[in-house]
Amino acid sequence: MRRSAVLWSVSLAVYAFLYLPLVVVVVYSFNDSRLNAEWVGFTLHWYRVLFSDDEMLGAGANSLLIAFVSATFATLLGTMAGIAMHRFRLRALPLLVITPVAMPEILLGVSLLIFFVQVLNFTLGLFSVLIAHITFCVGFVAIVVRARLAGMDESIFEAARDLGATPWQTFRRVTFPLILPGVIAGALMAFTLSIDDFVITFFTAGVGVHTLPLQIYSMIKIAVTPEVNAVSTLLMTLTLGLIILASRFAPDALKGAA
Amino acid sequence: MALLEIRNVVRRFASFTAVDGVSLSIEVGEFFTLLGPSGCGKTTLLRMIAGFDAPDEGDLLLDGQSLRGIPPEQRPIHTVFQSYALFPHLTVAENVAFPLRMAKVVPDEIRRRVQEALASVHLLEKQKHLPHELSGGQKQRVALARGLVNRPRLLLLDEPLGALDAKLREDMQMELINLQKTVGVTFIFVTHSQAEALALSHRIAVMNQGRVEQLDEPSRLYGFPRNRFVADFIGKINMLDATVTAVAADRLLLEVAGVGAVSAPLKAGVQSGQTGVFAVRPEQVQLLAEHADAPAAANEVRGRILDFLYIGDVTTYLVQLSDGTRLEALLPNSAPGRAKFFEAGDPVILRWSAEVGVFLHE
Ligand SMILES: Nc1ncnc2c1ncn2[C@@H]1O[C@H](COP(=O)(O)OP(=O)(O)OP(=O)(O)O)[C@@H](O)[C@H]1O
Ligand SMILES: [Mg+2]
Repeated sequence: MRRSAVLWSVSLAVYAFLYLPLVVVVVYSFNDSRLNAEWVGFTLHWYRVLFSDDEMLGAGANSLLIAFVSATFATLLGTMAGIAMHRFRLRALPLLVITPVAMPEILLGVSLLIFFVQVLNFTLGLFSVLIAHITFCVGFVAIVVRARLAGMDESIFEAARDLGATPWQTFRRVTFPLILPGVIAGALMAFTLSIDDFVITFFTAGVGVHTLPLQIYSMIKIAVTPEVNAVSTLLMTLTLGLIILASRFAPDALKGAA
Repeated sequence: MALLEIRNVVRRFASFTAVDGVSLSIEVGEFFTLLGPSGCGKTTLLRMIAGFDAPDEGDLLLDGQSLRGIPPEQRPIHTVFQSYALFPHLTVAENVAFPLRMAKVVPDEIRRRVQEALASVHLLEKQKHLPHELSGGQKQRVALARGLVNRPRLLLLDEPLGALDAKLREDMQMELINLQKTVGVTFIFVTHSQAEALALSHRIAVMNQGRVEQLDEPSRLYGFPRNRFVADFIGKINMLDATVTAVAADRLLLEVAGVGAVSAPLKAGVQSGQTGVFAVRPEQVQLLAEHADAPAAANEVRGRILDFLYIGDVTTYLVQLSDGTRLEALLPNSAPGRAKFFEAGDPVILRWSAEVGVFLHE
C-alpha cells in the first residue's frame, strides 16, 4: 500500500510538471492583460488580434497546406512501404523506412539542408519543406499500417485469390478495407507531426516560407505575448484532437509505434 | 477422363522434399481424401492444386488441360481453409457473395444464390452477422457455403473439421457427406484423422513422407493394408514377425513368432521364404475361455489376460502369449451392464479364421 502511494504521488508530480506549463499557456491566452504575470480577467481579445494578424494567418495557411500535402503523400508512400515490409520480409526495408523516425530531428534537418543546398542546388522554400516532411512522416505511417497487417490471418488474402479475385481486386476488396483504420490513423499522425514540426522545418524552409511554429519562434524572440499563447492554444487543441482521433482508429497500432 | 490428374509431382523446399513423386487421378463427383501424419505433404499438395504453389517437377491437369502458369483466381477450384479464412470486415452474406461478385454474376442472381447457399448450411438467420460473432461450427459452414456457392469443379478442404470439438465434428461429417451428394461437386479432403477419412471418403490416398503409400476405398484400405505403415496408421492392428513357409493354392502358410503355424489369405507376389509381419485386427481375433477339452484348431494360440480397457461399446483385452508376445482382442459389450468377460490373469484361447489377417512383406 505504501509503495503504491509513493508511486502515485511521484507520477502525479511528474505529470503536473509536464502539463502545468501547458495549462498556463491556455489560461493566459484568455487573460485580459498584456503581461503573463497575474490574472486580470477573461477576454477573447488575443484571439481577435490573432485572426487579424496577416503574418500569423499566412503562416497558419502555410502550415495547413504543408501538413495536408505531406500527410497525403506520406500516407500513400507509407501505406505501400508498410505493406511491402509485411509482405516481403526484407531486413533492410524496415530499417530504411523507420530510421527517419528514430533519427534525432536535428540530424535529419541538417542533413536534409546540406542535401538540398549543396547536392541538389535547390532554393529552399515550400518544396524543400514538403519533401522533408514527407520523408520523416513516411516511417510513422508505415509502422502503423504494418502493425495492422501483422495481426491478420494470412490465409484471407489467399482465400480472396482462391475465390476469384485478381491481385488488384484482393487489395481493393480485402487488404485495403482491413488496413484502412491504420491508414487513417497514420494520416492523422503524419498531419500532426507535420503541423507541429519546428526543427526540420527550421533547417529546410530558408527565407521563403513561414509556418506557425517558425512564426511563434520568431515572435517569442522578442517577447512571449498573449497572442503567442492564443496561437499555441489553438495548435495544441488541433494536435490533441488529431491524436485522439488517430488512437480511436488504431489503438494497438499506435502502441506499437510509441 | 479424370477430372484432376496429378502426374509425378515433386515439390522441394531447399534440400527437403515435401512432395515426392505423387501421381493420382481424381474422378468427377468423388469424395477423395488425402490422409497422412502431420508433415507428410498434404497441405503442400493442396496448395499446388489451388495454385498458390507450383510443382518443381511433374504436372497437374484439370480436364486434361495443364494448370501450369494459371493463377489461383482463374482456376475453377475453391478452398476451405483450416482457419476458415472468412473476411472479417464482411458479413456472412457478403462473404458468401464474394466469389459471385468476382465472377461478375448479376446482383439479382447473386442474392438468390447466396440465400440458397446459406439455406443449405442452415445459416439464413445469421446472414447479417460478422464472422467474429459466429461459433466455430457456424464459421465452418459459412466457409463451406462460400466455397460451394459458385459451383467450382473441385473443392479443396484442408482439415476443415480440425478445430471443432468431437460432437460437432461428427455432425459436420454428416453434413459434409450430404452436402457433397446434393451439390455433386468433387471434394478433395485433407485430414490426419483416419476415422474421419474412413467415414467420409469414396477413396483415400494414404500419404507418408511426401509419397502415396496406398490408394484405395476405405474398406479395402482397412481390410487389405499394403504395408506396415498403412496397417499401423489405419485403425488398430496386431503385428507379429512372420516367415512364409509355403504358398498353397488357396492360402499362405506362415510361421508366426509366438504363435506357430498360421494360415493366411493368399496375396499376389508373396513367395515362400519371405519374411515380414502377419497383421490381424483386434476385432477379428476371437477370445475364448480356456478349458481342457476345447478342440485344438488352426490359427489358435493360448495366453493369459494381461490387462483390459473398457471403452463403453467394446472392451479391448491385452493378451500375453507364453513367449511374451502381446496381442489385442476386442469383444463387444452387447449384453446390458456387461463391462468385461475376463479378469486379468485368466487363461484364454485366441483364435481367428484363415480368411482374415494379412501378410505384409518387409
Ligand atoms: N514454404 C515452406 N518452406 C519450407 N518448408 C516447408 C514449406 N511448406 C511446407 N514445408 C515443409 O514441408 C513438409 C510438409 O508440409 P505440409 O504443410 O504439406 O504438411 P501436412 O501434411 O499438411 O501436415 P499437417 O497435417 O501438419 O498440416 C513439412 O515438413 C513442412 O515443414
Ligand atoms: Mg497441413
